[in-house]
Amino acid sequence: MPLPRLFELYRLMRRIRAFEDAAEIASQGGVAAWGLAASAKPALVRGPLHLSTGQEAVAAGVCLNLKREDLLTSTHRGHGHTLAKGADTTTMMCELFGRASGTNKGKGGSMHIADFSVGMLGANGVVAAGIPIATGAAQALKIRKLPHVVACFFGDGAANRGPFLEGLNWAQVYQLPVLFVCEDNRISATTPTGTMTAGGGISARAEALGIPALKVDGNDAQAVDEAAARLIGDVRGGLGPRLLHAVTYRFKGHVSVDPGTYRDAAEVEAAKLNDPLLVTQRQLLAQGAAQTDLDAIDRAAQAEIARALQVAEAAPWPAAQAAYEDVMNSGAGAWR
Amino acid sequence: MTVATLTYAQAAALALQQAMHADDTVVALGEDLGRGGVFGQYRGLQQEFGRDRVIDTPISEANIMGAAVGMALAGLRPVVEMRVIDFALCAIDEIVNQAAKNRFMFGGQGRVPLVARLPIGIWSASAAQHSQSLEAWFAHIPGLVVATPATAQDNYSLLKSSLASGDPVIYMEHKELWGIEGPVDTALEVPLGQARMLREGGDLTIVTWSRGVAPALRMLEQDGLKGAKADLIDLRTLWPWDKQAVFESVTRTGRLLVVHEAVQVAGFGAEVAASAAEATGCRVARLGAPRIPVGYAQVLENESRLSPEKIAAAALALLGSRR
Repeated sequence: MPLPRLFELYRLMRRIRAFEDAAEIASQGGVAAWGLAASAKPALVRGPLHLSTGQEAVAAGVCLNLKREDLLTSTHRGHGHTLAKGADTTTMMCELFGRASGTNKGKGGSMHIADFSVGMLGANGVVAAGIPIATGAAQALKIRKLPHVVACFFGDGAANRGPFLEGLNWAQVYQLPVLFVCEDNRISATTPTGTMTAGGGISARAEALGIPALKVDGNDAQAVDEAAARLIGDVRGGLGPRLLHAVTYRFKGHVSVDPGTYRDAAEVEAAKLNDPLLVTQRQLLAQGAAQTDLDAIDRAAQAEIARALQVAEAAPWPAAQAAYEDVMNSGAGAWR
Repeated sequence: MTVATLTYAQAAALALQQAMHADDTVVALGEDLGRGGVFGQYRGLQQEFGRDRVIDTPISEANIMGAAVGMALAGLRPVVEMRVIDFALCAIDEIVNQAAKNRFMFGGQGRVPLVARLPIGIWSASAAQHSQSLEAWFAHIPGLVVATPATAQDNYSLLKSSLASGDPVIYMEHKELWGIEGPVDTALEVPLGQARMLREGGDLTIVTWSRGVAPALRMLEQDGLKGAKADLIDLRTLWPWDKQAVFESVTRTGRLLVVHEAVQVAGFGAEVAASAAEATGCRVARLGAPRIPVGYAQVLENESRLSPEKIAAAALALLGSRR
């Protein structure tokens, strides 16, 4: 892979990591959960915060192959996808902080982050719910004869929900321009997905419906990028839906306040040796990149997110009246 | 102005046909639409507009509704057919968590202009899983419009208003009204949230909708109130609903009976009655089905059905009661 592309992947992943790390710190305190008491200091990021720390290579590798006009649906763990699709990190952070200047005007928060201006049609609080929406968006693109494609991210747990079957079947029946991306972090909330999933795996389920699938190391951004490029090329070429099964690992708990003690600590430490940032760093250095260039990328990412935090903390709250806006046209004004 | 006599199903087909002619982004999707739909309400449309715009789908209710949300976000105005409301329960996440929440949750970035057709009501001898009236479920959900047309004219005009509203609309035709005929004036607009006064009386107010309208009207025509006179209001849409019309009437009559085919317990009649009582201090009563599943045998099914006699009895009891 050409060095500039590898740098691009690394930069994107580093920005996601910096964002997730900052959001995690900002979420500490406030609420009692997962057996932990609330701290006195209120959290700046309130409510459930699902971090994609450790899974950045999937978002980066797929989204670098998307254009701005392409569409994307995401999961509850959607910051990385949103950022990688081109959203502004300051506007995103403002949303996590619940501010009026956030992507969703403070109405959605982390779990519902969306930026329609870059084709990111929304994170979703319901597992697998993005799949039918993605198929419909792809169908609209096809009906409207637009050349764009849809990328549909979902987790390993989603493959056990009905909409997975309905959506994949649908996409294949209508030969829709959609890439399904199973971001397989191997755990469904707190339960190992393997113990809950029958058959030959996600790819086998897609192939049973005639949808070509590729399985890749989801911690290797280069491998994800190359596989995504091939599959998205097929989708763009009108060959119908494709599925990418990217196997990765969730470094953190299910939500930021979940210490994840149900997992073997040794397993987590071993997984961190395969941190996608380290994997790409090693590839960069092996190809002759200078450490100082990597350091510069790291510093730039930290600085970008530090600015985002600063802006978010100073940003105004929504007016209470905003709770009554963006609900519906019909009967607006009568809320009781 | 064009007035024709059409069935309730034909009126809806005409409204959709006209909307599809006027706007290329209007599409319809659901099971068996190419064959005209279960009740003939799509007859001829696939032949006219093609399979890309009148889309036959797999039996995948969740995906039908979810895809409609995705289509709406990507620039189409889908009309979604759920066949009967009972099947829409397989798509409840897509209706409640996705279609209804999208606009607000994402801060107004998107709109979900879709019309989901969920035919309600008892469909003779179809028993417990094909006979429900669940309008109250959807009236409870912020973000959704709920329409319940009772006549051919309203099925034409309300479908057009629903398509034009830009909101996700739960459009509830009634399974036993498809064949009723009536005059349809294609120039007549019916805004969402505007009730229709069918009779003016003065002794009490009867509010109903959908399949409740015909037996209430028949009861009044047969002088079921033994000389007493009633205002009869067809609410037509349950969200938004025409409080002004109802409150104005009960302010005159002082008594309100709400009638619906849905189960009475936690039905939308409770909302209408409570709102009217809060606003005007009127005396209220409700008539809905007992809280039993709809049975198959006629004698069982009848227990869940409205009739002019049941409405008359409820109205007379309310008239006889003292404040």
